[in-house]
Amino acid sequence: MTDNKTSGNRLGVKGWFAGGRWGMERYIYAIHRLTGLGLLLFLTIHIFESSMRIYGAPVWERTMAFLDHPLFAAGEFLIIIGFAFHAINGLRLVFLELGFGVGKAIEPVYPYRTSVQVQRPLAIAVMILSALLIAAGGIDLFFIRP
Amino acid sequence: MKRQDVQERIISVYIHRFDPTSDKKPRAVLYELAVEQGMTVLDGLHRIKETQDPTLAFRFSCRMGVCGSCAMLINGKPMLACNTQILDVTDKALTVAPLPNFRVVRDLVPDLAPLFKKHVQVNPYIVRTDGHEMESPSGEFIQTPEELIKYLQFTYCIKCGACVAACPTAATDENYLGPMALAQAYRYIVDSRDDGFHSRKSVVGADKAVFNCHYAGECSAVCPKGVDPARAIQFMKRELVRDYLLMRRHTAPLKARALNDKSKEKKTPLPVPPYTVDR
Ligand code: SF4
Ligand code: FES
Repeated sequence: MTDNKTSGNRLGVKGWFAGGRWGMERYIYAIHRLTGLGLLLFLTIHIFESSMRIYGAPVWERTMAFLDHPLFAAGEFLIIIGFAFHAINGLRLVFLELGFGVGKAIEPVYPYRTSVQVQRPLAIAVMILSALLIAAGGIDLFFIRP
Repeated sequence: MKRQDVQERIISVYIHRFDPTSDKKPRAVLYELAVEQGMTVLDGLHRIKETQDPTLAFRFSCRMGVCGSCAMLINGKPMLACNTQILDVTDKALTVAPLPNFRVVRDLVPDLAPLFKKHVQVNPYIVRTDGHEMESPSGEFIQTPEELIKYLQFTYCIKCGACVAACPTAATDENYLGPMALAQAYRYIVDSRDDGFHSRKSVVGADKAVFNCHYAGECSAVCPKGVDPARAIQFMKRELVRDYLLMRRHTAPLKARALNDKSKEKKTPLPVPPYTVDR
């Protein structure tokens, strides 16, 4: 059939969010990718900013003064969000991808109970733990540090 | 609203149509359909084809959830048209579109050829070094229920492609092997008669294969047969990691037990059930 004229129907990035049964794991998957890219971007900027040190103390002082802007504090909070979620969900993924927490193979009898339901408590725990970490980071950043 | 309350009801059915000779892009066409109790989406499509538009194209064969021909996107979810009753999905509007992540041949017919090509890549059959045993078996392979249950779930796959349509990795990567092929690779690897782990390793452990899965879980959620490809893929990763760490125990594949080998059979004869008819 492939030689005939056909219409492409691949969902692309939209498919990270849409097209299935809208389970929470799909959104966790998409957020994990986005936070991963965000952290990579941060790392690049961070290395650039730290490398300012080689130009001597005055340049470094000026860089630090520039980064004192509240906008960067907001950026830092985004990094806390990204880091907390990516780290904790990463642990969940390592656990699942080694074949733990997905249950044993069973004979499928309708209504099916799949590995998604078996690991669901883990996914919920990831959300709760990252919310706690984000809250702690936010309190530290906005209330304790200034 | 309880389903029992509904006798017959007119619903709007939006069908994504695509005619390769005239259309550039698929377009949604509205049909009105009188839906009765128990009518499946496939029944509805037949009714529309018979009474409203004979040019409507869709693929089906068994109409009982066995052949895997009729998977389509029904109100945004990949499902088997023959296995889904319209009133279970909606009592107002139904949208039927071809399976995403596959090219559309015409109307609701996706081109599943790439799915089958990927299936072939994982050698979806028992692989053994003793080829003669496969060609002309010298006996039976006796498996225990525990050995059977390890792969039984994954044998129920009907190659419908719903899992690939739901998979976010497949949505952005057309070369990803996909949940169906990967689950089938695991189905054979964990079979005690099979000895093909090393021949499949280079395919399932390579780029665009199991390690591109990050557990979105959608394949298992949509699978109409309860195959749970996400589970198989994680187990497959475990096998590959074990193998990498030299921790995978190699067990020789099951040997055939000759048909005349009575040594393991129970000596006591089976009890004869009582007669149920007068003689
Ligand atoms: S694993 Fe399930 S959804 Fe995927 S092709 Fe097989 S039967 Fe269809
Ligand atoms: S027609 Fe065979 S699975 Fe639906």
